Amino acid sequence: MAELYIEGDPIRDEKAPEGPIEERWDKRRFSAKLVNPANRRKLSVIIVGTGLAGASAAATLGEAGYNVKSFCYQDSPRRAHSIAAQGGINAAKNYRNDGDSIYRLFYDTVKGGDFRSRESNVHRLSQVSVEIIDQCVAQGVPFAREYGGLLDNRSFGGVQVSRTFYARGQTGQQLLVGAYQALERQVAAGTVEMNTRHEMLELVVVDGRARGIIARDMVTGEIETHFADAVVLASGGYGNVFYLSTNAMGCNVTASWRAHRKGALFANPCYTQIHPTCIPVSGDYQSKLTLMSESLRNDGRIWVPKEGGDQRDPREIPEEERDYYLERRYPAFGNLVPRDIASRAAKNVCDEGRGVGPGGLGVYLDFADAIKRMGRPAVEAKYGNLFDMYQRITGENPYEVPMRIYPAVHYTMGGLWVDYDLQSTIPGLFVTGEANFSDHGANRLGASALMQGLADGYFVLPNTINDYLADGPFETLDENTPEAREAADAVRDRIDTLLSINGDRTVDSFHKELGQIMWDYCGMERTEEGLRKALDSVRELRAEFWRSVRVLGSNDELNQALEKAGRVADFLELAELMCIDALHRRESCGGHFRAESQTEDGEALRDDENFSYVAAWQFSGAGQAPVLRKEDLNYEYVEMKQRSYK
Amino acid sequence: MNITLRVWRQRSSGDEGRMVTYQVEDVSPDMSFLEMLDVLNEKLTLAGEEPIAFDHDCREGICGACGVVIDGVAHGPETTTTCQLHMRSFDDGDTITVEPWRAKAFPVVKDLVVDRSSFDRIIQAGGYISAPTGSAPDAHATPVPKADADRAFDAATCIGCGACVAACPNASGMLFTAAKVTHLGSVPQGQPERDARVVQMLNQHDEEEFGGCTNIGECAAVCPKGIPLDTISQLNRDLLGSLATGSAE
Amino acid sequence: MALKSAMAVTGAILVLFLIAHMYGNLLVFGGREAFDDYSHHLRELGEPMLPHGGFLWIMRVVLLASVLVHAYAAVALWRRAARARPAGQRYAVRRSAQSPARRYATQTMRWGGIIIVLFVVYHLLHLTTNHIAPGGASNSPYERVVNGFSIWWVVLSYTVAVLVIGYHLWHGIWSALATLGANRASRERALRTISTAIATIITVGFLIPPFSVLFGLVS
Ligand SMILES: Cc1cc2nc3c(=O)[nH]c(=O)nc-3n(C[C@H](O)[C@H](O)[C@H](O)COP(=O)(O)OP(=O)(O)OC[C@H]3O[C@@H](n4cnc5c(N)ncnc54)[C@H](O)[C@@H]3O)c2cc1C
Ligand code: HEM
Ligand code: HEM
Ligand code: SF4
Ligand code: F3S
Ligand code: FES
Repeated sequence: MAELYIEGDPIRDEKAPEGPIEERWDKRRFSAKLVNPANRRKLSVIIVGTGLAGASAAATLGEAGYNVKSFCYQDSPRRAHSIAAQGGINAAKNYRNDGDSIYRLFYDTVKGGDFRSRESNVHRLSQVSVEIIDQCVAQGVPFAREYGGLLDNRSFGGVQVSRTFYARGQTGQQLLVGAYQALERQVAAGTVEMNTRHEMLELVVVDGRARGIIARDMVTGEIETHFADAVVLASGGYGNVFYLSTNAMGCNVTASWRAHRKGALFANPCYTQIHPTCIPVSGDYQSKLTLMSESLRNDGRIWVPKEGGDQRDPREIPEEERDYYLERRYPAFGNLVPRDIASRAAKNVCDEGRGVGPGGLGVYLDFADAIKRMGRPAVEAKYGNLFDMYQRITGENPYEVPMRIYPAVHYTMGGLWVDYDLQSTIPGLFVTGEANFSDHGANRLGASALMQGLADGYFVLPNTINDYLADGPFETLDENTPEAREAADAVRDRIDTLLSINGDRTVDSFHKELGQIMWDYCGMERTEEGLRKALDSVRELRAEFWRSVRVLGSNDELNQALEKAGRVADFLELAELMCIDALHRRESCGGHFRAESQTEDGEALRDDENFSYVAAWQFSGAGQAPVLRKEDLNYEYVEMKQRSYK
Repeated sequence: MNITLRVWRQRSSGDEGRMVTYQVEDVSPDMSFLEMLDVLNEKLTLAGEEPIAFDHDCREGICGACGVVIDGVAHGPETTTTCQLHMRSFDDGDTITVEPWRAKAFPVVKDLVVDRSSFDRIIQAGGYISAPTGSAPDAHATPVPKADADRAFDAATCIGCGACVAACPNASGMLFTAAKVTHLGSVPQGQPERDARVVQMLNQHDEEEFGGCTNIGECAAVCPKGIPLDTISQLNRDLLGSLATGSAE
Repeated sequence: MALKSAMAVTGAILVLFLIAHMYGNLLVFGGREAFDDYSHHLRELGEPMLPHGGFLWIMRVVLLASVLVHAYAAVALWRRAARARPAGQRYAVRRSAQSPARRYATQTMRWGGIIIVLFVVYHLLHLTTNHIAPGGASNSPYERVVNGFSIWWVVLSYTVAVLVIGYHLWHGIWSALATLGANRASRERALRTISTAIATIITVGFLIPPFSVLFGLVS
């Protein structure tokens, strides 16, 4: 394996304070340098991304008086991918008096992350969670309420307390619109300059500091250089490396990857989350997968035919010829086992050839018993909107025929490495939200990504970035600064190359093929052999991409194929790093399941002795073996245990 | 199934556009409308013709990015977003006409892509509650009657897609504006700015050269989120209220 | 913004006039005396505070002002709409997502309004000033009515005009109520029904006298 990467010096989070865990955040806020309000106007910050993490940060820094330049690739900041989140957002409010507390949320999150996240960060997240709800309510976010007028809660993702706040099935939208409105208020106030339909294609690093970005105006094709005293990446996750995922079509790794190439470490790239209840693929034209709420598993029963290749109508398959495999294998938890376990089990039965539906990639989620037991009206009241959605997409009526579900890539826990201040290894480059790696370890609990995005943007970053900005303003730069010119030229060259290859394959065909490789070998279950194969295939595919991709049109117009081509090119590089990371981590943990490391019952088996660290990867040149820098993880407050769901 | 598509092609905002006819073969009824366009685009690319540009992102009906006028109806024959429309809503052999949203306030960027930043500017004019980060009282400090919360929610589901404008014979953006006015005006936190909000947002709406509303109701009929038409009346009530209290202009 | 409220208010005034006028017209069934008295009475209303015909003149001024303001607002909105979707940006295919009948009513508001104004001019020349006097001029309003409506094409022209008015009001009344903020989800149906009902009553109410004359029920 040594040929795949080089082990470098370990890395440490220098910013995390010592002392009792509940005091660390206060301590850091106190020790961070402040910026005089009168000086803030002179300091500028670029924020790439207007999802929960980016919009909240832009609004807050704008309110504080900094000069903010905000970027997103959509036509409006309100359309960032965060808008799609359905379930809810956690907060340790203990409004239910059911024993919840900041400490319990902290504990659940560390454990849920399968002991691969930092205690200090997670504790801070739990502390701040409480303020998020207050903030959002003050902005007018219409959370679900009870008749008494107080906020409603539900329990989510298998936790035993009710701490999830929600707004019907559109929590992400409501939270994002709140942040978006706050952002637009600052645009009107002149503190935030909004650049929509702008895609960041390169980071500008001058004298070792992140000082700007190169962005392409997606309408005119102009390559623009923007400078600032600090750069924040809030550009979301990279699940689209799998082509098919629940992410929005435009989600990409470009911003993060370009920063990685400029020196920012990329941590735990192989940690991806696969969600068990998505609508299966219906054909090779499929462009994305749709998530259906996990709550369906509360009443639906999951099964496949006992015999492979059974083509009968599911309703005609008698009870004794069905295999309710989750109930069989996990009698205690049954259909309610955690996401990763349910996902892998579905994959296994399909691999055995017992999957159902087109291509044999699906399992039944059957409500026949529930309808018999509760009556159709009750089922309708509880799940009506989900059933409707299913019917709209598949054209099948789930009240009559069992639904078909299949797992899909949903979230990426890995991301750019950041310290306690959310600063990457490039001074002045901060990373927030799904784009960083920090809080979820090897597995994210439901309803905690929204919490993290808003915690980072509203409360953490605005209290830590000042420590860096206090040393500014930095030297004024212009387009002729050699580093900036070089970066812009590199972007132009790349675009020219993409446009000039004029080969015989479309961008999407490469993306689909890459996705298939990653799904097969770096998806739910990973093996040494498979990953090695994937590495070879990805490298081959990358070479072919640069030989025979076809991108029509020109740069100086809206050119969606060109946009995609740039993103796929970066995915092709990221994919290699993901495979290397997955290959080197020979344990199973959270969403990363190595077939070689399982318990006798086929459960994930961690190897804390050897792998209790964050794998932070350093770029060492195209085609060169990356450098592995380890950050040790220590657990002082939560005792490390093996998960069991029997 | 086989489909004949008539699609609006326009290179850029400055250029003249025109309708171009394409044949799409072997369309599966399970494809979404956008997937059908994807398939066509793959074919066009291989044939050396530039693919058709259209906006989209989430493909789950929530981001509001997608949206084209299909056979004269915004978002097509089902009351949903274009990305959630499936080919089973059409018949084999159909000719389908696809056009961009058309309004002065939504200039065409390319093909089926339009510029909806006028909506953002309406929000900038007052579509928010001023609540600087960190200044919030405890979330339970002000209970909100469930009926008000529900009304706020119904209005808040607007995804800013612009179908209302596309469908309105006056090209009015009133439903979008009214949805925001109603959302923020229905919660206690939104009261202090309520009078000023409606006036500022409407002024901006008019400045963006949207048409005036004459209560035609096409907007609500195509709105994929079912924003109720009575939000427009709510806006008018708020407007008359603010004119009465003299807080307008 | 103010345009819309002005439109609704002036529209409402015009509707009130129409209701009163319709009631007056139905007095033809009371015979020549009742009808002429009514017409005469109109001119005496308010006396001696107002000079002879004073009320009528006030009413005329209000009506005229209303029509002018209403028409001004309508034209302003029309032009805004034309600017908001200029020529060259029209749809190649247009279809309604709503019921076609209602859609038709909303789409004919502008031309409908113009037809109404033209009709009123014609109508005034006919029944008020009696410059146009098909069937013979007369000093008695009752006779003018009876003379006029004995002729089929006069009845036809009034019928067309009244139907146009009915359409205009079908949408107009609903729209005025919505503009004045009366619409709420729970009431939308009721308001639609009210506007349909008033429009129907006015249409039918206006159509009864001409047809009664034509078919000889009144002579
Ligand atoms: C279907 C679905 C349901 C979910 N449900 C939940 C849930 O119930 N609870 C929960 O907690 N989490 C949920 N999640 C996860 C959660 O929604 C995301 O992790 C979170 O919203 C990410 O927010 P973000 O701000 O980090 O990034 P995003 O919202 O992804 O925003 C990224 C931003 O970066 C911009 N951007 C990206 N690249 C570039 C570039 N190169 N140049 C310029 N701009 C760029 C984009 O325009 C966008 O504005 C769900 C996710 C999915 C897919
Ligand atoms: C100059 C001729 C006229 C024109 C161009 C015209 C045009 C219009 C238009 C475009 C509307 C729709 C506006 C809206 O829905 O808000 C309207 C509404 C209305 N019209 Fe007219 N109209 C004219 C004459 C009349 C007359 C003579 C009457 C009365 C008999 C009348 C009664 C109404 C009413 C009650 C409304 C509803 C007001 C509202 O919508 O707020 N109109 N008119
Ligand atoms: C078909 C039915 C109608 C009949 C029988 C009728 C009859 C009359 C008569 C007899 C007069 C003269 C009254 C007088 O001078 O004392 C009159 C006046 C008038 N009518 Fe009508 N009318 C009809 C429909 C309408 C309609 C549909 C309108 C409006 C849209 C209208 C508007 C007027 C106006 C404005 C006047 C002038 C009032 C004045 O200023 O003196 N009429 N009508
Ligand atoms: S009101 Fe409806 S149609 Fe209009 S922008 Fe909002 S969601 Fe789209
Ligand atoms: S269709 Fe247009 S006229 Fe008003 S009611 Fe809707 S905005
Ligand atoms: S693509 Fe997001 S709503 Fe259609």
